[in-house]
Amino acid sequence: MESKAIFEAVKARFGDAAIELQEEGFHPPFLVVSSASVREIAFFLRDDPGMRFDSLMCLSGVDYKDRFAVAYHLHSLEVGHKIGVKAYLPRETPALPSVDPVWPAANFQEREAFDLYGIVFEGSRDLRRILLPEDWEGHPLRKDYKYPDFYHGIKV
Amino acid sequence: MKARAEALPTQEMLINMGPQHPSTHGVLRVILRTDGEVVVNAKPDVGYLHRALEKIGERVTYAQFMPFTDRLDYLASMNCNAAWAWTVEKLAGIEVPERAEYIRVIVCELNRISSHLIAFGSFTADMGAFTPFLYAIRERERINDLFEEICGNRLTYNYVRIGGVSADLPDGFLEKTREFLDYFEPKIPEYNDLISYNKIFVHRLADVAVISGEQAVAYGLTGPNLRGSGIPFDLRKNEPYSVYPKLDFDVCVGTGERGTVGDCFDRYMVRINEMRESARILRQAIDQIPDGPVMAKVPRVFKPPVGEIYFRAENPRGETGIYLISDGTVNPSRLKIRAPSFVTMNIFEEITKGLMVADVVAVIGSFDIILPEIDR
Repeated sequence: MESKAIFEAVKARFGDAAIELQEEGFHPPFLVVSSASVREIAFFLRDDPGMRFDSLMCLSGVDYKDRFAVAYHLHSLEVGHKIGVKAYLPRETPALPSVDPVWPAANFQEREAFDLYGIVFEGSRDLRRILLPEDWEGHPLRKDYKYPDFYHGIKV
Repeated sequence: MKARAEALPTQEMLINMGPQHPSTHGVLRVILRTDGEVVVNAKPDVGYLHRALEKIGERVTYAQFMPFTDRLDYLASMNCNAAWAWTVEKLAGIEVPERAEYIRVIVCELNRISSHLIAFGSFTADMGAFTPFLYAIRERERINDLFEEICGNRLTYNYVRIGGVSADLPDGFLEKTREFLDYFEPKIPEYNDLISYNKIFVHRLADVAVISGEQAVAYGLTGPNLRGSGIPFDLRKNEPYSVYPKLDFDVCVGTGERGTVGDCFDRYMVRINEMRESARILRQAIDQIPDGPVMAKVPRVFKPPVGEIYFRAENPRGETGIYLISDGTVNPSRLKIRAPSFVTMNIFEEITKGLMVADVVAVIGSFDIILPEIDR
């Protein structure tokens, strides 16, 4: 399925929750969706007979300086097409529903985005830091991150 | 019997496995909750080797990031090098000379063999057979010698460049590679005679930790772990890149030949068979490689256009995906590495429930994880 057709189908089903289609310069193109309806759209993309996006290739947090985003790269082994889904989040309260119930592959990558960006995934089965120590302060991949001088008395 | 059970009450025990443990293939810590010999729950704890490679990536130029990719999956550095180069080239639209692409495929497939050799050797060592590990190291040594001729290094190669490779192949390299293949291909049946169909070995692996095809896809397993569950999906075949479309090879899948499709034995056998397919690819590539330059013209101050790309390559441990955002400057704006081992560890807790403690070791070995790639 072409990305335009996928976008139209999502728009027909979810209305304003499908915001735009980013095509120029994006490989694969992104459906930009409202963060609150990410999980419903994810279920639709997985279960709809025309879509069948059974595989979540990659889930990434992104800091666009003015706002955060979570980018999902989807692939369908059955149909063989690919699409990106992106949800923008405000810097102050970055939170959106977890897609762990849709693709269990999301869990570790959501924990990673939580760890490094502080993005909260609501309804995640186990939202803890994963790469950094549990008592680390701040989220290092944020563009405005300040490096600490010491960690437990050790010079960083 | 009831009275006896009351007389001998059992209780769950919490055991810390790792981070320094010979069978965890690096600094992996597993928190085991056991009931006698049976695992109630096994939580993996990762991050001991976190070096913030993604943060570093935002501070260095595209070319400078190449040596860091060596440190992702150090048993398959060539593949990681090449994945990074392909991503950037695809984003910037750089045409790579055909000879360079052939050289990349040759070094990638050699590295796949050497990586699978370590997977085979360390897995059998985990299962209590020490000798095969020495066989594997002996063969890998010859691949290391070949790589040393190419780039001077034996572990972290930093050989591939954005736009090609750093130097042409040295004289006689292709002949030496062919000699290596003549030597290596008869070794694979030898491994099978030595250990693969050994009764004790098969008993340790067959029907252990069965992952169905559906489950494997849902949990994002890739590479040999996915194919072990019977899904014939290989990026070199299904999403061809580089010169792979010109090369003929079969996709190896698990067949459940000693147990159920998707058990530890299938994942093990996929790797053994893939070494043979890699040798096939190498022979064709050696025959087909054209003459010509090995480096495209890439500006010294390299600024790719604004854009976002997700590229994935079939590495020995599965799909290494790179999500790259360029803002048109000399540094990447965001660089996310989707490491196959990291995503594979996600299924670990699910799949180890109810196994024996010794089987947990079999599961770790059958996944062939590598920790620097998990922790990045």
